[in-house]
Amino acid sequence: MAYVVPRPELTLKEKAYLPSIISGLKITFGHFKKMLQGKTKVTMQYPEEKWDAELPEYYRGAPTLVKDDHDRERCVACQLCEFICPPRAITITPEEIPAGERFEKVEKRPAEFKIDMIRCIYCGMCEEVCPEQAIYLRKDYAITGITRGEMVHDKKKLYELGGVFKGLVHKWNPEK
Amino acid sequence: MSAAATTTPVQMVNVQIDGVWMQFPKGTRVIEACKQAAKLIPHYCYHPKLTSPGNCRMCLIEMGTPKMTPDRKPVIGADGKPEIAWIPRPQISCAQDVSEGMGVRTNSPMVQECRKGVMEFLLINHPLDCPICDQAGECKLQEFSVEHGNANSRFLERKVKKPKSVELGPRVTLDAERCILCTRCIRFMQEVAKDDVLGIVDRGSFNSIACHPDRKLDHNYSLNTVDICPVGALTSTDFRFKMRVWFLKETPTIDVNCGTGSNITIGTRENRIYRITPRDNDAVNGPWLPDSHRLNFKFVADPKRLTAPEVRPQLGESKPGWQQAINLAAEALKKNSGKVAILASGRATNEELFLVSRLASALKASVVDILPRTGEADGMLIAADRNPNTTGAKLLGVATGKLAEIANGIRSGSITALLVFGEDATNAGLTADDLAELDALVAMDILPSATTDKAHVVLPSSAWCEKRGSMINLKNRIQRLNKAVIAPGSARDDWEILRDLIFAISGSNGLHSIEDVFKAMASATPTLAGLTLSRIGDLGVDLNNRELPSAGHVVPPTLPTL
Repeated sequence: MAYVVPRPELTLKEKAYLPSIISGLKITFGHFKKMLQGKTKVTMQYPEEKWDAELPEYYRGAPTLVKDDHDRERCVACQLCEFICPPRAITITPEEIPAGERFEKVEKRPAEFKIDMIRCIYCGMCEEVCPEQAIYLRKDYAITGITRGEMVHDKKKLYELGGVFKGLVHKWNPEK
Repeated sequence: MSAAATTTPVQMVNVQIDGVWMQFPKGTRVIEACKQAAKLIPHYCYHPKLTSPGNCRMCLIEMGTPKMTPDRKPVIGADGKPEIAWIPRPQISCAQDVSEGMGVRTNSPMVQECRKGVMEFLLINHPLDCPICDQAGECKLQEFSVEHGNANSRFLERKVKKPKSVELGPRVTLDAERCILCTRCIRFMQEVAKDDVLGIVDRGSFNSIACHPDRKLDHNYSLNTVDICPVGALTSTDFRFKMRVWFLKETPTIDVNCGTGSNITIGTRENRIYRITPRDNDAVNGPWLPDSHRLNFKFVADPKRLTAPEVRPQLGESKPGWQQAINLAAEALKKNSGKVAILASGRATNEELFLVSRLASALKASVVDILPRTGEADGMLIAADRNPNTTGAKLLGVATGKLAEIANGIRSGSITALLVFGEDATNAGLTADDLAELDALVAMDILPSATTDKAHVVLPSSAWCEKRGSMINLKNRIQRLNKAVIAPGSARDDWEILRDLIFAISGSNGLHSIEDVFKAMASATPTLAGLTLSRIGDLGVDLNNRELPSAGHVVPPTLPTL
């Protein structure tokens, strides 16, 4: 069905165009003046200059593994993140914690934990699914490397990036 | 029901399940009747192959008997059916047989309330270690907790601590905290394995499953307790913490360690076998499988596997392609036509043995036989005949019992060429010197052996879990093998190698797929007439008492055994 778009009735001022052009030019010259005075900064000189301090709390950077207050690796190799990961970036090799070790009671940990950062899409589903609060997307965004191998973060690298997270669940601690 | 087949007719009783009247044979347990009516009743302690102790209380239902008038006549309702007097308290459905005029409600508000209550009690002391528990993903406690449990725990007290990671035996590890004391494992060891080593100790809050102090749970069927454990209390030491079950691709196939041909499921991920579990088939193995059979899969991933065809230097080519290797083998064999012996394997599929017999006639082979392999029968599932397909080899005329003639023939010079399929000829009465005497020795195998060391042409083939095909067990039941993993390197399916050999020796044979081979075999073998690989189905076909399924035959879906 035909639909008629009603055309606006223009006033004489609007028909003349000039007032709009002038008001537009005013803004342009205003910016020009501020720039000459050095008041506006248009380009940020990355990577010498960074915006890291301004990153919001919810920023999703590289996924990392964290340890708890007792320096125990939180990950118990349940492989839920490996299961949920949409681009299949995560590969976990589980192992039993040998008897006699400090956290023997936890029974299981990852022998190797690999995240292929070429595949990772920073969706944060691994963080969401983790029942142990072991994987977090931190604020590292500049993940670079010269080879494909370098772009695969192994367990050591992931703990290096993740560090310690205190005061979360205490499921495996002896007192609770 | 198979009432017509038995001599005494089975008495049927009328039972009302959730308002619908149905008929069941007398003696059916209520829980089984409900299952047949597609009403799955959650349960832990009940197992169809074991006695019912009725201790988990999960299978509570509402039950009723026919309402009687004072002169013991059933009251007939407005719909012409007998009215039911409902028992005010819930009943367990696992320890009760159906009776005439019985009424069952499987999903009434009271039943739902009962399940919720039972779940809450079962979960009181259950640890929340699903993230590390191997049972997670196939755990009945997890599943029913989602279905019937509460979202939150009302339990404020501390959970009872019990021993974790207890070695019950060489293959089974117990986590007593996860145990819900259903006693399935105890009953299995008593009733099926007949080795009463398990029991409950420390009655009270700390009661737990334990082994007799002087014994270990080392019976050859001990891993079945892990299968029937509804929670993660009993775990397989071999599979423990190796892989989460939801990653495993499950391939239904059959076991090849003996002539029983137990039905199994192979769990694989990324071309690696992680575990083998029994697959229900009441005509063969029921739900059980011996440990020695289910753990015998490590050789498939052996780094020494043969991955490329090899040819001895005197025949040329140090690194031959498949075609070259097959041509060289065919030439060497053709030269000795009429003086060829074939040593086939009782571990080969029917299709392979059929092609072996064709190859034998193409080569005018003087002797063809399989290598017998015997052990001790255990009276349960392990047969004395350790070859899985002796019956098939006999049916296809490959098992001739002339094995001794091979050695004699080689020594007297009447046999100058030997083909060996998947066996080591030194086990068949031949010495390494005998093999060195041969003008042509062609071996097809998966792992290096004394025979492949001496062979002029070595053709790498596939293991039982890497190919499709069929085998006939000792009870004359034809069953199907399925492909769970891919053969390593350029190793090929056995039947393809055989087909190419026949082609190189005698010209085309028009076989392009394993289905073609089966079709050719079925048309040449009256016993198999009318069968196809797909018609064999997952449960196999009994060749003694065969009712051929019609073309449009659809197998009715059945509910799984919990």
